[in-house]
Amino acid sequence: MSSTIAVDGQSPGADSSRLTEPLESAVIRFCGDSGDGMQVVGGQMTNASAAFGNDISTFPDFPAEIRAPAGTLAGVSAFQLHFSSHDIYTPGDELDALVVMNPAALKTNLNDLKQGGILIVNEDEFDSSNLNKAGYAPGYNPLRDEALLSRYDVHLVPMTRLTRDAVEGLGLSPKEAARCKNFFALGLAYYLYDRDMSTTKEWIRQRYKKNVAYVEANIRALEGGYNYGYSTEKFLKRFQIPRAQLAPGKYRKITGNEATAWGLVAAAHRAGKRLFYSGYPITPASDILHQLSEMKRFGVRTFQAEDEIAAMTATCGAAFAGEIAVTGSSGPGIVLKGEAINLGVMTELPMVIVDVQRGGPSTGLPTKTEQADLLLAMFGRNSDSPVPIVAAASPSDCFAMAQEAVRIAVQFMTPCFLLTDGYIANGSEPWRIPRLHDLPPIVIKHPQGRTVGTNGSNGQTDNGTPPPFLPYQRDERLVRPWAIPGTPGLEHRIGGIEKRDGTGNIDYSPANHQHMTETRHKKIANIADTIPPQEVVGPKSGELLVISWGGTYGAVLAAVQQCLAAGKSVAHAHLRYLNPFPKNLGDIIRNYQKVLIPELNTGQLRLLIRSAFLVDAQGFNKVQGKPFLIREVVARIHQILEAH
Amino acid sequence: MTQQKQLPVLTPRDFESDQPVRWCPRCGDYSILAQVKKVLPTLGIPREKFVFVSGIGCSSRFPYYLNTYGFHGIHGRAPALATGIKVANPDLQVWVITGDGDALSIGGNHLLHVLRRNLDVKVILFNNQIYGLTKGQYSPTSPFGKKTYSTPMGSVDNPVSPLVFALGCEATFIARSVDIDIQHLTYVIERAAKHRGTAFVEVYQDCNVFNSGAFEYAQDRVKKIDNVVYLEHGKPLLFGKDKKKGIRLDRTTMKPEIVDVSKVAPDDLLFHDEKAEEPTLAFLLARMRYPEFPEPLGVLRAIEKPTYDEMVNAQITEAIEKFGPGDLEKLFNSGDTWTV
Ligand code: SF4
Repeated sequence: MSSTIAVDGQSPGADSSRLTEPLESAVIRFCGDSGDGMQVVGGQMTNASAAFGNDISTFPDFPAEIRAPAGTLAGVSAFQLHFSSHDIYTPGDELDALVVMNPAALKTNLNDLKQGGILIVNEDEFDSSNLNKAGYAPGYNPLRDEALLSRYDVHLVPMTRLTRDAVEGLGLSPKEAARCKNFFALGLAYYLYDRDMSTTKEWIRQRYKKNVAYVEANIRALEGGYNYGYSTEKFLKRFQIPRAQLAPGKYRKITGNEATAWGLVAAAHRAGKRLFYSGYPITPASDILHQLSEMKRFGVRTFQAEDEIAAMTATCGAAFAGEIAVTGSSGPGIVLKGEAINLGVMTELPMVIVDVQRGGPSTGLPTKTEQADLLLAMFGRNSDSPVPIVAAASPSDCFAMAQEAVRIAVQFMTPCFLLTDGYIANGSEPWRIPRLHDLPPIVIKHPQGRTVGTNGSNGQTDNGTPPPFLPYQRDERLVRPWAIPGTPGLEHRIGGIEKRDGTGNIDYSPANHQHMTETRHKKIANIADTIPPQEVVGPKSGELLVISWGGTYGAVLAAVQQCLAAGKSVAHAHLRYLNPFPKNLGDIIRNYQKVLIPELNTGQLRLLIRSAFLVDAQGFNKVQGKPFLIREVVARIHQILEAH
Repeated sequence: MTQQKQLPVLTPRDFESDQPVRWCPRCGDYSILAQVKKVLPTLGIPREKFVFVSGIGCSSRFPYYLNTYGFHGIHGRAPALATGIKVANPDLQVWVITGDGDALSIGGNHLLHVLRRNLDVKVILFNNQIYGLTKGQYSPTSPFGKKTYSTPMGSVDNPVSPLVFALGCEATFIARSVDIDIQHLTYVIERAAKHRGTAFVEVYQDCNVFNSGAFEYAQDRVKKIDNVVYLEHGKPLLFGKDKKKGIRLDRTTMKPEIVDVSKVAPDDLLFHDEKAEEPTLAFLLARMRYPEFPEPLGVLRAIEKPTYDEMVNAQITEAIEKFGPGDLEKLFNSGDTWTV
């Protein structure tokens, strides 16, 4: 089949001149133009590494423009993969290997490659036109810059030409042939890190099953890259990263958005209900809508609304009708939903609002991550409007927290926020596949219908007819009943106007509004009785407590662990429940002399922690559309510990 | 169905809630409420299956006065609320009560989309050409030049016609009636209730406090004879005293004209066809405005199309039939997995 030597992804053990160096972990990044298929090959290497049994963490980074002009800096797309034989929490601070497909990608990514790191470059694309588009000075070619190249282990490979050669004879146009070069690059990476090509070959066969020539071409390109590494003398070393010692179980790779979608369906299933999900297309939340639209046979109803407002309002309607009602968006959409979230607050109906946060304000940085919607979730509505908030810590944690959000919503008859972010939504990691019956059950009790005679429930309780149904009669946790349309005898009206407790009838009286406002707050505060106590990594008391929330979990945990290993008196508390806070959080905070709160915003959790516990918490705030690097957090911890 | 036989016989009183009705004296809303209460018990639907949804405005208090399930929503969003309810449970009969400001200003977008989707809900738009609840500002249906608190020198906004808007959205059922035209209103509401798909009804409603008499030309027993034309399917458009006037289409200008019935051949008159898929003639009628023309009352359009809620749920059934009911564990374990 292939015109070159066939190597079925097996380690060429016969070749003893080659050195295979075992490594604990490696970080590789593929970067090129957004038309170069970098996300595809990054995803493939992730799958191959996950299937092999490494722990993985990924960071796809792509431009907001669907097709920025080819070859420009704005059009660069990158995919970073960290794969390891031990537990890892982030996609890695710096790169061990960088695969570069054009000058623009080199310019924007080279800084992240460590000294002495492997740099693989498709030299065919470094012509004067592309160099110009990347903004290099006329006459300058970085590939001829000895001073620059001497810092790295550089491999210049004519990938475009070699790919064309590999696919020759298949009847592809030169353009089509060149398009396969991403798989050539992937093949080379597979050689370098001793990966098995079979999962990728199978993927190619499925992906292009309607076009035999494409299947053959991409497989030849993949093998071509692999064989190039094998047969040329350029790569004297290759690397092996053994399997990770993960907890026993069956695993798969999962992204945050997948985990959110599946978690919502699982929660509906555990509640014995159907899921209704409405959304309006928005980056980076749309994938949840896509996932759920594919899940019709699970009874999932999706509604792509005319706008964010309608998506939220329809969610209120579906909640009233008795569904597990969920909407999802990102910051710019959440702003528009505020009006109807408040309708949910006032009518005390259960629903979940997923906010996949991105850089802002306004349209901001659509494809870049940030965690700056915490205060929006907390306060972004008119008047006193308490809404519980939970946040996922990692891609796979979205599965658990989606279920928690549903649990809180239905158990407390309230809208509930689930915060994730672009980083964990698109990032992936191994996920231990759960058994369905091990997932927490969600118990829902709707009040039973009752037969009434005609003229029965008009409030006239004479001649033995039952008293009218009270839609705002609360239980000991202050939760009202969820009576759904279609239930005989429980006809009632709800709405956004202030209402009397018990009857739910319109009531504007001063004392009633005070009572209802306080009741709404107390009800949300009562949720704290049902959430797990906050846990701490590290000593139970000491010099510094680092508090984090959301997608910064991995970087902050890894940073604290490094500092602990270096003998520092530091501990880590990662919050998944942000409103209300876990009940023991105040006691924990008081056990440390200092508190540091690293966040990808200008200090939103810090504001809440300071006001809740009157503690002089310090911040570490990064707003660059990028996640924390471990070393950045480590440096800040050292700085605080050294300051007196 | 046997279940239907066991239904208690309901009366309008069964649909009365215990809440005092709080519209201004002589407000047109009272009559609309009364006619709806009259129609509901005749539909053979158990009371608990009705849901009345509304937005904000005087008309939107409507659900509180009916002893059905009710949801008083937020300004302009009632169609979106109704969509969530109806898609979740197509078994319910869902009504949307709205006004001209609610439906055509702040909620214009939602009205557009509920109409084009043909969700099976009944929409009654109380058109009083004014903002009543906020005390008298001009609305999107107020005539050009209207003087109100917010337009002391007269409004410079061109009004939108609810019927023309609905036709533009290709709504499957479009009708108009007048608040105090009791029999006609009852008829139109009944027709709307029985339509499958989005039924859109505009009701001329007198706001006695802020825009009294805006529709006098169509309400007054004597004046209306010359100012409205009642639409009847398959019949010519006739109006005026003893129905001596008719509407004819000038085939060169493609405009309607008023003719003396005795002077034209009967076949020359415009005949009403509410079932016409092609909406051009309906457009022509919807654009006939007082005082140049008599305004059409009745069912302008009633065609059949699959409903949104039905199709959404049919896809669920189809997916289950084709691929079997979803199995979460199987899904979790699909694709590339590995065991540690
Ligand atoms: S303000 Fe006008 S529309 Fe509102 S209740 Fe009074 S009369 Fe009716």
